[in-house]
Amino acid sequence: MTDSLRGRVAIVGAADTEVGKVPHMTPMQLCADAILRALADAGLTKDDVDGLVTCNSMAEPYMYHAEATAEYLQIFPRFCIGVGAGGGTTFSILHHAASAIVSGMCNTVVVAMADSLRTGMTRERAMVTQSSSGHTQFESPYGPTVPALYALIARAHMDTYGTRPEHFASVAVTCRKHAALNETAQMREPITVEDVLNSRLIADPLRLLDCSLVSDGGAAIVLTSAERAADFPHPPVYMLGFGEGYGHEHISQAHSLTESAAGIAGARACEMAGVTPREMDFAQLYDCFTPVVLLELEDLGFCAKGEGGGFAASGAIELGGALPINTHGGLLSHCHPGNPGSMFALTESVSQLRGKAGARQVSGAELGLLHAQGGILSSHTTLILGSEATL
Amino acid sequence: MSYKLGKHLPPVNGESAPYWEGCKQGELRLQQCPSCSHIQFYPRLLCTKCSGRGLSWIAASGAGRVKSFTIVRRAVSEAYEPDVPYVIALIELAEGPTMMSNIVSCDPETVEMNMSVRVTFDPWTEEISMPLFEPA
Repeated sequence: MTDSLRGRVAIVGAADTEVGKVPHMTPMQLCADAILRALADAGLTKDDVDGLVTCNSMAEPYMYHAEATAEYLQIFPRFCIGVGAGGGTTFSILHHAASAIVSGMCNTVVVAMADSLRTGMTRERAMVTQSSSGHTQFESPYGPTVPALYALIARAHMDTYGTRPEHFASVAVTCRKHAALNETAQMREPITVEDVLNSRLIADPLRLLDCSLVSDGGAAIVLTSAERAADFPHPPVYMLGFGEGYGHEHISQAHSLTESAAGIAGARACEMAGVTPREMDFAQLYDCFTPVVLLELEDLGFCAKGEGGGFAASGAIELGGALPINTHGGLLSHCHPGNPGSMFALTESVSQLRGKAGARQVSGAELGLLHAQGGILSSHTTLILGSEATL
Repeated sequence: MSYKLGKHLPPVNGESAPYWEGCKQGELRLQQCPSCSHIQFYPRLLCTKCSGRGLSWIAASGAGRVKSFTIVRRAVSEAYEPDVPYVIALIELAEGPTMMSNIVSCDPETVEMNMSVRVTFDPWTEEISMPLFEPA
């Protein structure tokens, strides 16, 4: 059964809203804008949508967000669900949406996520809301920020494998380099390893430039069955593999601080797709904080355990390297509106596999791996996408 | 680190009440399974090892070691600002389980991986004493 979804569902529309500081739009407007843009990309109208997936907005929460979005747009889907698993949400729900299409529950699913963490909330409210990922009795009273929770992982990786702050910094430098080629990115000014190491400490060893952005923005994609996918304006991008892995929810309950359930998720996705990490033309790896990328490179099998730092610093993860990552600039430099963050890795991958990524196009890109995680290295989903040539 | 209005007070419930009652009495309590002797934190309905019920409470020694830590330079909210820089650490207790806490009574810059620590209690309110750790 592990190959049951391979190549059976495709992305036929994808679009981002304006990102960064977007004070002139509400989170619901961003969500609706993303949906309309993705539908236009697919050559569809809102009346064609019979499946809708959204995630809640922190700045403007609804009790039932997907249903509220359907009402706002006046669409009447057969499958409608709002999801919440942090950054891992975006790809885990694609697994479920694809299953809904294959099982006949619906034909055309729009997945749309948007939020306004930058201008829709005060800094204090944004910090407190996000740090509520700590256990309310046994973590949050101690005052951990989200960077502090990830810093515990960074410190353990340094202690176990000799990873150095300049290794973390190389991830930030790479993402900024790629963002410089992306005119929609929030931060495009090139930075150096020294800039990262000289930026102020937030939670040792993490510095300001090791931390992702706080942004407004949204994105949406349109999914349909492979049988119908040929009838759309753009070449379909096929979903070849999905894999999920869950290790813990709260970091104080993690069985390991240096090895994550990304390994399980990645292995499951590769098994379904029938591919190995070595075959990937690019990867979009969840980069809420720079050390997370090193763990993902290792756990997903792109390099040996403990060697993520050296691999990243070698230039292998840059455009032109063995495994270009976060070709749009990632959460570190493109944008990070919270839970919708991974959507931009998805829309970027669609551009790459359509061969339409402009100055940052990975030459001959046919196969890509996307990984997202939520909580504090807690819930993991790997997604493998490919062009028609990979079917 | 005494309680200031606005700090995140733990919402005690029926499951955790014996733990917080212990803290109030200066005792760090953990659950132990009567069937398989597994010791766990945080408190739960079931033993996570054998799924047995009817867990009992034991007093931990209060000794542990620093499994990982960070020094927070930017507080999570205004209520925590007077404490900056403060240490968030994962403490592996001598009995096995890991818990999060602050390390106090020392210069944050002197905290090290694997450092031995012992529990101390900081009364935040009449009901809540927070278990914190200091160098052993």
